[in-house]
Amino acid sequence: MLTVPVDIQLLFAGILFLLGLIGLLVRRNMIFMLMSIEIMFNSAGLVFIIASTHWKQPDGQVMFIFILAVTAVEVAIALALILQVYHHFKTLDADSVNKLKDHN
Amino acid sequence: MNLFFYLAAAIALISTIMAISGRNAIHSLLFLILSLLAVSVIFYLLNAPFIAALEVIIYAGAIMVLFIFVTMMLNIGTEGSTEKKWLNPRMWIIPSILAAILFTDFILAIKHVPASPSVDQVILPKQVGISLFSTYLLAVEIAAILLMAGVIGAYHLGSQKKKVTHRFLKKN
Repeated sequence: MLTVPVDIQLLFAGILFLLGLIGLLVRRNMIFMLMSIEIMFNSAGLVFIIASTHWKQPDGQVMFIFILAVTAVEVAIALALILQVYHHFKTLDADSVNKLKDHN
Repeated sequence: MNLFFYLAAAIALISTIMAISGRNAIHSLLFLILSLLAVSVIFYLLNAPFIAALEVIIYAGAIMVLFIFVTMMLNIGTEGSTEKKWLNPRMWIIPSILAAILFTDFILAIKHVPASPSVDQVILPKQVGISLFSTYLLAVEIAAILLMAGVIGAYHLGSQKKKVTHRFLKKN
């Protein structure tokens, strides 16, 4: 039986989320930004599972399955968008895709 | 038992840091898969074996393979004689050590868990299924609609526009 305190488990999930956020803010390559979003989704699911184990209810696991479905859709759409961006601009740099930006 | 948790957590954190700080996209993706496997071991330790299996099958098995396919299609992160570089032990020694530690951790964790865990501790897939299709039935249908929209959207975005082949109509 796992006797790690819940604080430590939540701290681990928080650090994982923070790493994903740092990656999203620092990297400009779109593939890496998408990977960071995946890390953040995963740590959110981890929090659900920790809560599910703590209260011994299946609801957290149900929520994790929903997170899984949302992540699958998000990845499919985002990767299709990345392919289109690469065909149009020949680069994956997020800063170079700024046609919608006001230049004033 | 707690040692296994800390070991898996350390591997997850290290491989996540390597994933977001790497320069080569494929290497970062492999580190990310290692991180997901470590989180899956943590799910197993948290008495959620069903979710641990789903994490390996769907996250590490399907979503990450999609990532790797797109990264290979875009052909980024490979330059020069890559194979010679890959045979260099410096490239694969750290991930191999991390994966070996994780595997040992998992085997030992399985051995330490009693053969028939008390039913009130582990949340069985049956409970999850019953909850999924009674309390959360509406959410399941909304998720189905979302998946449908995702399929159509990905198909639409992924299809290339037809080029006009007539030479007088071509504008450039």
